[in-house]
Amino acid sequence: MTKIIYRQPDGTRVTINAAPGDSVMSAALAADVDGIVGECGGNMMCATCHVYVEDPGAGQLPAMTDDEDQMLACTDAPRTTASRLSCQLPAGDTIDTMVVTVPGSRT
Amino acid sequence: MKPGATVVIVGAGQGGFQVATSLRERGHAGPVILVGDEPGLPYQRPPLSKSFLLHPETQIELRPHSFYERRHIALRHTRVASIDRSTRRVHLTDGNTLAYDHLVLATGARNRIPPIEGITLDGIVQLRTQDDAERLRTRLPTASHLAIIGAGFIGMEVAAAAAKTGITTTVIEALHRPMARAVSIATSTHVADLHRAQGTTLYLGRTVVRLDGDHTGAVTGVRLHDGSRVPADLVVVGVGVAPAVELAADAGIDVGDGIRVNAFLSTSDPRISAIGDCAEFPNAHTGTRTRLESIQNAVDQARCLAARLTGTPAAYTAVPWFWTEQFSTKLQIAGLGQGHDESTVLGDPATGSFSVLLFKDGLLAGVESVNAPADHIAARRLLAFGKPLCREETAADGFSLPQWAGRHRRSQDPTAAAHDQDDARGAFTRR
Repeated sequence: MTKIIYRQPDGTRVTINAAPGDSVMSAALAADVDGIVGECGGNMMCATCHVYVEDPGAGQLPAMTDDEDQMLACTDAPRTTASRLSCQLPAGDTIDTMVVTVPGSRT
Repeated sequence: MKPGATVVIVGAGQGGFQVATSLRERGHAGPVILVGDEPGLPYQRPPLSKSFLLHPETQIELRPHSFYERRHIALRHTRVASIDRSTRRVHLTDGNTLAYDHLVLATGARNRIPPIEGITLDGIVQLRTQDDAERLRTRLPTASHLAIIGAGFIGMEVAAAAAKTGITTTVIEALHRPMARAVSIATSTHVADLHRAQGTTLYLGRTVVRLDGDHTGAVTGVRLHDGSRVPADLVVVGVGVAPAVELAADAGIDVGDGIRVNAFLSTSDPRISAIGDCAEFPNAHTGTRTRLESIQNAVDQARCLAARLTGTPAAYTAVPWFWTEQFSTKLQIAGLGQGHDESTVLGDPATGSFSVLLFKDGLLAGVESVNAPADHIAARRLLAFGKPLCREETAADGFSLPQWAGRHRRSQDPTAAAHDQDDARGAFTRR
């Protein structure tokens, strides 16, 4: 199990225990976390599951692929060095806790 | 629309779901009722022709039950029998009636079933609903010969999934190349080659005249117009869809190739709107009336409509985009390049990564990107921005779509510099 903590722009937090096979996106959708849309279903087509990862350099996360890097150029909220597509962040036994900040909500 | 108004949404697919969701996000306080004729929670269809066929654990529900409860979105699993516009009510097939202040038709489309002899034999499936996909998935492991009639997106996606199971797969298409109505020859050819390399047989330019069956009523083969026969114990029919317009037509609402709406997605009755696959709308990019079958179109029209209903009307102008995934190849399409008269290929198709730029009357109308997401994003951006790109410019050595889009956005849009601080803001569609 990976504990994923989603921080909202208003400061609220939601904590989910995600099973291996889940992604940060799929776990958020299943738990109804605001601000993660996942319009393309995790296919790296839409960039609507953008999150900011806390401590992105900690080395636990899979390296960013070229596709993800290119799709991050079209997020609604500004891209920073902490930006990732949450569909590309798997929960798994090797990651104990992950903290991500969700960009402002969309309409 | 009054703050407490009741919105009834007919159709719980991607578009209907999004209208309900966006109404709530925008603070609409009145009742929102989502009527769908399939069991279960609203789900996404794109995986049905891809991962869902191979992996039963694939999650396709858009949101959990609590999502609808928290937002007071009422889900009704039934069918609308008729619309009574004079009293603003819909009659449901379960005998109930719903009153509406605004009615949204997000009825989608139905698969076309060609009137071929033998079409009702056992082992012939279509693919639209979760039910359909489950039926196909159940049959795939025990079938030995799969024939797919129709080489559109759905047919080719199913072929790609089937190739992974080792089943002998044949695709039969009346036109001379796959996805001929949607993509250029260069892209079509590339995708056809991918499939052939995986062992799939493509019968192009051939029509089906009959489906053969045995004494038990099970399909055994597909007979083609040239007399040849493709053996098959499983047949997928994917020959396109027809918009579900009957409810609207029966209620006296204008219908063309779809339910006719204006730029604000209103039907001929101002109390009724239509979005998604079922709606024929004035297309800001082509200047013609079109109907599009895509997630993007359903979702963006839903958002546009929810904005109008909550007091922020705007014409629908989003840039159309589409995607398909076959094997490990991602094809992303921006704009509408059908009917193009010229094209430029950027990159080398032999590398598996390239884009085809499609021009009409010398100006860029659409871009097909094969494993080239940066080109796709740039294309969406510059098609939205409206800066014309002519073919001559793209023919120059070293022309790069992302660079061109970036340069011209900066020079035209005084706020672009701020957006470009980290080159992050997607200025191309309203979200």
